[in-house]
Amino acid sequence: MSSTDHHHTNSESAAPDPAHQSSGDSQPGKGWGVFLFFMIGFVGSLLAGWVLFPDLLYSKKNQPIDFNHAVHLDIVDDGCNSCHYFEEDGSFTGMPDLSKCVDCHESAQTDDPEEIKFVDEYVTPGIEVPWLNHSKQPDCVFFSHSAHVMGAGMSCESCHGDIGTSEHTRVYEENRLTGYSRDIWGKSISRLGKPEPGEPLPMKMNDCAKCHEEETGHKGACFQCHK
Amino acid sequence: MKIDRRDFLTYTTAAVLGGAAGTMLTPAPWKLMDDAAIWTQNWPWTPVPETGPVTYKPSICTLCPGGCGINVRFVGNRPVKIEGLKDHPVNKGALCPMGLSGLQYVYGPDRIQSPLKREGKRGEGKWKKITWDEALAAVTEKLSALKKSENPQSVACITGADHGTLSNLIARFMTVYGSPNLMRQASAQDTGEQAVFLTQGKQGKPGFDIENADFILSFGAGILDGWGSPGRMFRLYGERNPKQKIIQIEPRLSDTAARANRWIGINPGTEGALALGLAHVIIKESLYSKNFIEKFAFGFDDWTDAAGIAHTGFATMTAAYSPKKVCEITGISKAIIETLAREFAGSSRPLAINGRGQGVLPGSIDETLAVHALNALTGNINQMGGVFVIPEPACAKWPDPGMDATASNGMQQPRLDGAGSDAFPNSRSLLNRVPGILNGAKGDSPVQALLVVDANPMYTLPDTAATQKAFDRIPFIVSFSSFMDETTAYADYILPNHAPLERYQDVPTPTGMSHQVISLAAPVMDPVYDTKHTGDAFIKIAKALDGFLGEAFPWDDYEAFLGDTLKDQWGVLKEKGVVEIALDPASSDGFVFNTASAKYEFYPAARAGEGKKDIDVLPSYMPAAVEGDEKEFNLLLFAYDSIRLSGSAMANAPFMTKIVDDTVLKKHMGIVEINPATAKKLNLREGHTAQLATPRGKASVIVHLYEGIMPGMIAMPRGLGHTAYSEYLTDKGTNINSLMAQVEDPASGLDMAWGIRARLSRA
Repeated sequence: MSSTDHHHTNSESAAPDPAHQSSGDSQPGKGWGVFLFFMIGFVGSLLAGWVLFPDLLYSKKNQPIDFNHAVHLDIVDDGCNSCHYFEEDGSFTGMPDLSKCVDCHESAQTDDPEEIKFVDEYVTPGIEVPWLNHSKQPDCVFFSHSAHVMGAGMSCESCHGDIGTSEHTRVYEENRLTGYSRDIWGKSISRLGKPEPGEPLPMKMNDCAKCHEEETGHKGACFQCHK
Repeated sequence: MKIDRRDFLTYTTAAVLGGAAGTMLTPAPWKLMDDAAIWTQNWPWTPVPETGPVTYKPSICTLCPGGCGINVRFVGNRPVKIEGLKDHPVNKGALCPMGLSGLQYVYGPDRIQSPLKREGKRGEGKWKKITWDEALAAVTEKLSALKKSENPQSVACITGADHGTLSNLIARFMTVYGSPNLMRQASAQDTGEQAVFLTQGKQGKPGFDIENADFILSFGAGILDGWGSPGRMFRLYGERNPKQKIIQIEPRLSDTAARANRWIGINPGTEGALALGLAHVIIKESLYSKNFIEKFAFGFDDWTDAAGIAHTGFATMTAAYSPKKVCEITGISKAIIETLAREFAGSSRPLAINGRGQGVLPGSIDETLAVHALNALTGNINQMGGVFVIPEPACAKWPDPGMDATASNGMQQPRLDGAGSDAFPNSRSLLNRVPGILNGAKGDSPVQALLVVDANPMYTLPDTAATQKAFDRIPFIVSFSSFMDETTAYADYILPNHAPLERYQDVPTPTGMSHQVISLAAPVMDPVYDTKHTGDAFIKIAKALDGFLGEAFPWDDYEAFLGDTLKDQWGVLKEKGVVEIALDPASSDGFVFNTASAKYEFYPAARAGEGKKDIDVLPSYMPAAVEGDEKEFNLLLFAYDSIRLSGSAMANAPFMTKIVDDTVLKKHMGIVEINPATAKKLNLREGHTAQLATPRGKASVIVHLYEGIMPGMIAMPRGLGHTAYSEYLTDKGTNINSLMAQVEDPASGLDMAWGIRARLSRA
């Protein structure tokens, strides 16, 4: 019988005065309750999205060797070019491979524990150092360092920041989904605001287009980067 | 406060809605959307380019006989691009579309990945993978059995070339085995070789110093359509001297004609008559080189031989080719003929060349003799900007191998194709005659086993249906191709060669080069599949056969053979890739000729003989009677060549088919070009589907109206309509060879056809 009763109650209560019914049947603060829960969800997701999400999205890794750019820059003759140079055909070497390091570090030059570790773990067995590249782009992107550095006369710092004077490597924040560095998107998860002076610039497609528009007057064509 | 089920649902909904609204105001959804797009690029099945250091390895392109230098770009261990080699003497950095797409021949879907044995019916495409030992044993067993039955001459071999060490190796194999039937498909190169042999007494290929000529009179040679060495010809146009004139004579406005200084339309097949008409004007107006004619020429004027018999000379003979008569034959006006002759003879370094399109068809020997006579009239032989004879490269001569009685007997049998016989003494190979001979043979087929190397006769020979019928009669066909071409698809065993970039190959002086350039195509990569160099396969088979074959091949492998054969040059070739014997007009032969008269023979005495009239010996014009009844087939169909299509045994790479115009190929339909006036008469309009019929075949085609083709004629390109290979080539357009018939040149046995009669009707 209960189900019939319930049905009965329902239809009866719905019919005569819905407004009265509504305030009479539930608590007077139900509207506030709805608002409260809405706000809990709203604020909670804001916090999650702005605070928790970036921490969850990126894993933190350290470079295999704590490389000191400042020390090297003091010793070498030709600035960044000493290790990161252009080939004759204009292609850019990027990160030097082990053979370039071995030119100087066949054995440890100092008693710095990082250098000793480098020699023992990589130079002696002849293993390339698995450096984590903060600026690595997907394979579908064609980027010519030559056009920017040799052609447009840009400095390394203008995109890569003051990395040349750093004494320690930065923590590498790897996007768990894509595998690329957080630097590509930019430190700011909202992509609002500009990076501090000395920080690397973000390197998403829109960043390329924005700079190209400012410098050359147009964003460029698809095939310039996507061959 | 009591929360019932309804409240719970309400509050949860509120929280979810709040969460959703809040989330939309955080970067999370937008960031995740972007990341998800990039995440898809990391899926393991998404193709990713190789990474690694960029390096270059130089080599030589062996996809055609052009012999262009290439530079292969590597990323890590993967070749990713082919570029022209800047300092190679042939192409100096330029490269044709085929050369540029060379990597698709290595990695493409047409590659044969291991030795195969036919399972189903011939051409059905059912294959069984076998090991190399099994494949070599099967071929050895068959050859051994044929030899035991005293029938070695029934083994025939078709190769792609008869220059280079691989063909030397195969020739040695065939000789010691005991078969004279080593053949290849002849081209304009053959008629060119015969012309310089008949007139100058020299064995070798004609070479043209086209870069230094100031007036190039091209009788249909597709200089920009793949004639000679495409890379070299591209460079010629790229660095063209504005004073250099190119006159293109052909019935269709080809790419070459469009970029020439002048295009002169001519009735197809009448080029020889025009050459003789030009000679007539040059002689009549006394514009020829007196020095050359008086001191170094034989048979120019009338003469009397030792027996006292009076003979007609070239000058008297050309009297029959007055501008009026030549105008009737060629359709070119008298005034143009006269002006052209004067301009040609009046230039300081004029050069006449022929070979229709890429020179795929040999054409008439008389036509080539007539064109060559123009070069002689102006004394432009062995001169800067003229014609040279390029000898065969000096290779080590191996001691004559021992031969058993069966082999000796086999070698004394006449060649199946009749080349070198009394009828065709100067021809080296007449593969064009073979299908007819096989189809006409009574009883067992005279060919019991066929070996095919670097050739695709079932596609490239005219009259595909007859060729297939002939091949049906051959009980045992072995293909050494790297690709599933038409002939290979019809074979019983496939012993796949390495792809061009994976193997050693010496490249003799490319077609048309005016000085000797010998190159070595060294492998730039390890073989991708389970393939074997055809040279190695032949050495292995030789060693496994009885008799003297093993002795004749003491080398361990082809590389050892190559090194021993190239002797002194091997070291330099391995290091530099090229040996150049530079052109030096001062010390070159000058006007030294090796003919009986020791002069340039306008009257080629080598052609004279019992019962031959002077008119048969002197170059003359005989209309090539192309097949077909004029009433039934009211149009003339001819094939043209394009640099974007390959009509040779090495078919198009997918990249090349991509750049074919939609006036050539539309989806799976080939397009036929027709003059708008002719189309109007036939009631055909642009884009109409029509039935094209010749006495040899039929095809469905699309009509394209083209002002650049002479009225009454229709044209289609070579290189389409494959029935084998993969989806990138199969059933795209029409194989024009399947509509064609050969016309045997009575003087040489070579195919002198330039077209066939045809009919086009609304489908």
